Amino acid sequence: MAKFVGKSFKRVEDPRFLQGQGKYVSNLQRPGMAYVAIARSPHAHADIKGIDASAALELDGVVAVFTGQDLIDGGVGQLPCGWVVPDCKIPERWPVVPDRARHVGDAVAVVVADNPYVAEDALELIEVDYEPLPVSMGARATTEYRAQQLHAEIPNNTAYSWALGDEDGMRRAFAEAAHVVELDLINQRLIPNAMEPRACMAEWDDTMEEMTVWTTSQNPHPIRLLLSGFTLGIPENKLRVISPDVGGGFGSKIFHYPEEIIVPWVARAINRPAKWVATRSESFMTDSQGRDHVTNVRMAMDATGTITGLHVQTWADQGAYLSTFAPLIPTALSITLFSGLYKIPGIWGEMKGTLTNTVPVDAYRGAGRPEASYLLERIVEKGAQKMGMDPIAFRRHNLIPADEFPYQTPVAFQYDSGNYQGLFDKLEEISGYGDLREEQKAKRAEGKLWGVGVSGCIEASGPAPSAVAGSLGSAVGFWESGTVRVHPTGKVTALTGSHAHGQGHETTFAQILADELNIPLEDIEVVHGDTGRVPFGMGTYGSRSAAVGGSALVRSATRVREKMTKIAAHQMESRPEDVYFDDETGNIRVQGATDEGMSFFEVALAAYTAHDLPPDIEPGLEETAFFDPSNFTFPNSAHIAVVSIDRETGEVTLEKYFGVDDVGNVINPLIVDGQLVGGVAQGVGQALWEHGIYGEDGQLLTGSMMDYAMPRADRFPQIETDRIETPSPTNPLGVKGAGEMGTIAGTVTVANAVVDALAPLGVDHVEMPFTAERIWQTIQAHS
Amino acid sequence: MYPPNFNYVRAGSVAEALSLIASEDDAKFLAGGHSLVPAMKLRLDAPGTLIDIGRIEDLRGIAYGSGDENDCIGPLTTHATIASSNLASALVEAAGGIGDPQVRNRGTIGGNIAHADPASDLPTVLTALEASIRVENPSNARNIDAANFFTGLFETSLEENELITVIAVPREGAGTGSAYAKLFNPASRYAVVGACASVTLNNGVVSRARVAVGGLTPMATRCGSVEAALEGRSTDAIKEASAQVASDVGDDILEDIHASAEYRLGVIPVYVERALQAACARAAG
Repeated sequence: MAKFVGKSFKRVEDPRFLQGQGKYVSNLQRPGMAYVAIARSPHAHADIKGIDASAALELDGVVAVFTGQDLIDGGVGQLPCGWVVPDCKIPERWPVVPDRARHVGDAVAVVVADNPYVAEDALELIEVDYEPLPVSMGARATTEYRAQQLHAEIPNNTAYSWALGDEDGMRRAFAEAAHVVELDLINQRLIPNAMEPRACMAEWDDTMEEMTVWTTSQNPHPIRLLLSGFTLGIPENKLRVISPDVGGGFGSKIFHYPEEIIVPWVARAINRPAKWVATRSESFMTDSQGRDHVTNVRMAMDATGTITGLHVQTWADQGAYLSTFAPLIPTALSITLFSGLYKIPGIWGEMKGTLTNTVPVDAYRGAGRPEASYLLERIVEKGAQKMGMDPIAFRRHNLIPADEFPYQTPVAFQYDSGNYQGLFDKLEEISGYGDLREEQKAKRAEGKLWGVGVSGCIEASGPAPSAVAGSLGSAVGFWESGTVRVHPTGKVTALTGSHAHGQGHETTFAQILADELNIPLEDIEVVHGDTGRVPFGMGTYGSRSAAVGGSALVRSATRVREKMTKIAAHQMESRPEDVYFDDETGNIRVQGATDEGMSFFEVALAAYTAHDLPPDIEPGLEETAFFDPSNFTFPNSAHIAVVSIDRETGEVTLEKYFGVDDVGNVINPLIVDGQLVGGVAQGVGQALWEHGIYGEDGQLLTGSMMDYAMPRADRFPQIETDRIETPSPTNPLGVKGAGEMGTIAGTVTVANAVVDALAPLGVDHVEMPFTAERIWQTIQAHS
Repeated sequence: MYPPNFNYVRAGSVAEALSLIASEDDAKFLAGGHSLVPAMKLRLDAPGTLIDIGRIEDLRGIAYGSGDENDCIGPLTTHATIASSNLASALVEAAGGIGDPQVRNRGTIGGNIAHADPASDLPTVLTALEASIRVENPSNARNIDAANFFTGLFETSLEENELITVIAVPREGAGTGSAYAKLFNPASRYAVVGACASVTLNNGVVSRARVAVGGLTPMATRCGSVEAALEGRSTDAIKEASAQVASDVGDDILEDIHASAEYRLGVIPVYVERALQAACARAAG
């Protein structure tokens, strides 16, 4: 009875956002609030010989200045790493560094003042005696023996080495290969740049010894857990963490950040509410960054172009410290996807997580999977070129057939469902692929550089089976909670452990529940982001909310229905198996009976009056469920990008873009299309413009919007999306993740298009981003 | 992003603005605030007093000339206004490509040229169009040719206590056309390189060519060699003439993370050629 699921509804949260009425942390105020500003290291690597705050303390309006040692003496703990692969060495990481700064932007001292202007004035008066040290830069270069060591306890700046797959099978494949192709490639550093900068506010109740923290997090419960158990030491039952409206995260707001420790610590220390809001400059130098892999990839094929082996070696730059989930991204979220959409028997992936004097790197939209897709779809493209095959024909030759699901890859994952040939059928149809190639021939005959790029990508979304996560190094589980509370009047409050920061859960989750409970959409209020109201939940990342959070709510709603069925049957003197929720009237009725039955409200009220309940039924109408998925879901896609290149200047123009995605069942097509289009734009951003550049001295050279190029709408053609729907068998909704597929596919699709455009010059690879100069230099070198 | 403390005064007239700038310590004029305010928030600039000239109506708007008269642009005229005006095509084109709509709605031509960012579009255009910039101080007024106004990286010939009051741009008569071509910095939208051309065509012959480039030199640079190579010849000579730009721009070529000097030098002839082609097309009507 899907009256709501599968249909487009405008988002119920949008009116407040569009009217500027969103409640973001930086909008919130508490009486008597003080403002926190943070002195940050201008050096990428330096010993701190001393801090003189006397001038700052004399400034009118300054409340206090704290150093790293003050915080340590005041009981703060180190920031823990929440994903520990075998033999992983975790560097010390304090919220405010006591003795040594390891990246530009590392927190060195904390100023507290009556207003933000004075706080910033005081920053200029703090004198820090730095003794600069040599820096170590570059994902691979940092492991060389001459490199400056970042942490005494971590030799060769290598935090971990990890490998997965079938090494013998890989070696056999290469020994027997008819053709081998190889690429060295760089997946460059990205800077997330959510629209809302991070912020934190805290209020301490001295008599109750209770702390409330408002923070821009994608997962307030895990933050509370970390604050309580590791960094701040306030018991969880005395600590409330609220993440109200959050303006985008893209992964960067998953992690536990120093400021989330500093601000509540300060609030307690001065017994006054306190707040910190990041400037955009601080976002650039403190928000966890993305990607930054240096890779060598080789692919073996037999004489017919069947892929038989893949060998990947990657150095993943993790920055100066291991951020909360940093070791997960290049390992269990990347190597596990090296099989792509293909049957590849011999896969062996090796990964080193390395440390440099840069901002820490962690999950960024796609998180490991764009990196996997990038290297795989680049080498597959080169394989097609080598075999002289059309790129789609080459891919089709190697796809996993639709009748082989569930499909076990050699790199741990078992794919749930898919129809990969069907993806490419639809892609060829909507893009007019044959015509595109004809058009390309004509353009090339005119001497134009015009490329058609193809990709087929896989994603593991909806993390994760908790036991599997635990076996791979996770310190936490990845289930989700959902509560359905039917009030006596029949209105419903749904509490979810998922967190929305742009995803539209208030709409999609209401759609799910409206169908499950047979009530109007507007009777349902979805609540998230407050540990004081919502049962423990794991939050939102990895395209997990619908598959895991939505499924928890389905489970709760099912229990509510069952209870209502029993109550209604009892009151109508019928058997539960004869009672049904009637779509047309909205009532709960008895099969075959002529009366109207009971309304949803009447049954809800009966549950609360408890005047006449069945003997085994407790009063009240509220159910909480926890859903731990049996597997990831595996969304997949086939995309095409068309680019033209200005031969004289090197400028790349994205002319056309087509994407066919299988995200399983779709709850709200409008929202899913928005996710896919936005995701593609983000992926294209990496291909064409974005690059977090550091100088050799560790200075961040792209530290503002003047230098870091984000995608802009006017640089895009219409992005044409379509889909096939192969339901996932691993969750009751049959959904797969939709939030990251566009980003995962967008980058490599455009990369393949650019290389295809330049192919007539003999080019087989160009590093991203494809700036006008880089393309111009490539053209010069090949002319 | 909070600036240090400063005083703020609003001037109601040009006379008041000029009197305030002479009397206040360490004062600066504030127009659209799109260069000065970010610099203050980054604490790269910390004027003691801001004299807000933003509401002096005499300094805002365009007075179109008739016949041979110049068009006169008030310095508070926004980029958005210029982008939808009937001024010389190159100026309209360049103003429409500055920043984004918010920037164009706030940023002003006067503030832009006073700031003299080497990557800014308008200095290049005003140099090619042979604009004249009128500046005043409490006791004097003078006109400065655009070519002499820009003197270096973020430097102009504006002297202490001087205020730009008019930017005069020649009208484009029949047979004359202009155009601006640039490579956008994808982050800031400033020009990585930009070229402006203004030409007059007489029976298919370029009787007058004015060319300037920016983005690659510390200030907008007039390109006499390109002009000389084109004047008196047909439009067929554009490509050859454009190649002369290398001898106009000198050795001091800017280089940054967005583009090397080699690249800027490599592509500037292309943009000169494109500007000239478009200008000639417009001149031919």
